[in-house]
Amino acid sequence: MSELFILFLAAILLGGITVWKRRFPASLREIPAFQRLSRALGLSIEDGKRLHISLGSGNLFDARGGSALAALALLQRIAERTSVSDMPSVASAGNPTLGLLTQDTIQSGYKTAGVEEAYVHTMGRITGLTPFSYAAGAMHIARNESVSTNIMIGHFGPEAGLITDLADRADIPVVGASDDLAGQSVLFTSTQEPLIGEELFAAGAYLNSDPIHAASLTVQDIFRWLIILFLLAGAAAKFLGVI
Amino acid sequence: MRILTTTIAIAVGLLVLLGYFFPQASVFQLILLDWAILFSGVAAWVGIFNLVMVHADKVRRNAKDSVYSAILILGLLVTFTFGLILKPQHPYMQAFILNGIIIPVEAALLGVLTVTLLYAAIRLLRRRSDVMAIVFIFTAAIIFLGSVTLPLGDIPILGTLIRPWVSQIWALGGARGILIGVALGALTTGLRALFGVDRPYGGA
Repeated sequence: MSELFILFLAAILLGGITVWKRRFPASLREIPAFQRLSRALGLSIEDGKRLHISLGSGNLFDARGGSALAALALLQRIAERTSVSDMPSVASAGNPTLGLLTQDTIQSGYKTAGVEEAYVHTMGRITGLTPFSYAAGAMHIARNESVSTNIMIGHFGPEAGLITDLADRADIPVVGASDDLAGQSVLFTSTQEPLIGEELFAAGAYLNSDPIHAASLTVQDIFRWLIILFLLAGAAAKFLGVI
Repeated sequence: MRILTTTIAIAVGLLVLLGYFFPQASVFQLILLDWAILFSGVAAWVGIFNLVMVHADKVRRNAKDSVYSAILILGLLVTFTFGLILKPQHPYMQAFILNGIIIPVEAALLGVLTVTLLYAAIRLLRRRSDVMAIVFIFTAAIIFLGSVTLPLGDIPILGTLIRPWVSQIWALGGARGILIGVALGALTTGLRALFGVDRPYGGA
């Protein structure tokens, strides 16, 4: 039942802080990767190239679903903003369910931007059903489809190195974030501005003015401090022989 | 339509979530998860259809490197046809398709990845010469040297003392910290989906 309590507490905090943020908008600390991402969104329209958003092979039915949902939220913003471009963004996924949602999310972004007729179903693609086959398909897009920036956000393992290596050779900047430790270390070595840990989930707040996204970051910070306090208290109690 | 899809998604999400805490709701949870597995199978079909459409379009337009697209479609058709006729567990399917093509290709990609990662690590300092990059390279070097097996055994102190200290204290602590951060991020993202704020569905 402690999990249920945490869930309720998080939901109440999220609701309360969202109301607070509506009145008093927060300023977010600068994260270079998101600055690069915002710049890339603008440039992709100007220089007539497209963005490739790789959503990884996250499965919505297991623990990796969180990163997949965060990636889809980001994809919707990108689809909205780049829908007027001559070269529309392309998204790739390595899981069938995620692939379907990718298409639906892009369509939703186009609809919000008022250009639903410009949507083509091949903008969202499933490039492979195993991590390496997915990477091979994503590399094909980055290499052959006039990509200006490769945005990798979602669940990636070491196979991310294949995509970043190709992007490096084709001189394509990469913004990368993964919920997997091996994927994060690969992206740390092979991207200019890596996103570490929970920064993956902050993308919505940086590209979206909706207060609930900023509130999510505050809730994460509150829980993080609570966990730190519990860990320190536990260590002190153990040291003093209380537990 | 949008309201309907959002209502269905929130209701289903809540029922599945409640199934983890209350046994009474677990009946609905199991039914809904069974449906989700069925939908996932259908999604795989749609995904394969999408893959064929994209690559067939490339072949038709004679786009750059469309020969690979043609090979992909051909490979898919051959695997699908023989899989239907012989069934996936047939020894020929296992020998030619799985052990003859799929596993060697994935193993080859893994081999390429090893070289790629080594190259990326070497280039890291040229890409970003900050403190974190230096710490990363230094730590990786300690772990490699500490793990290497020499004819005379482990490197003294480095292999027996420093490497375990770095990997089991610092690296493990850092990894747990990152995973806690990821879990908190997933929690708030899931709540946003349950609140109907993030709606990765209902585009039509």
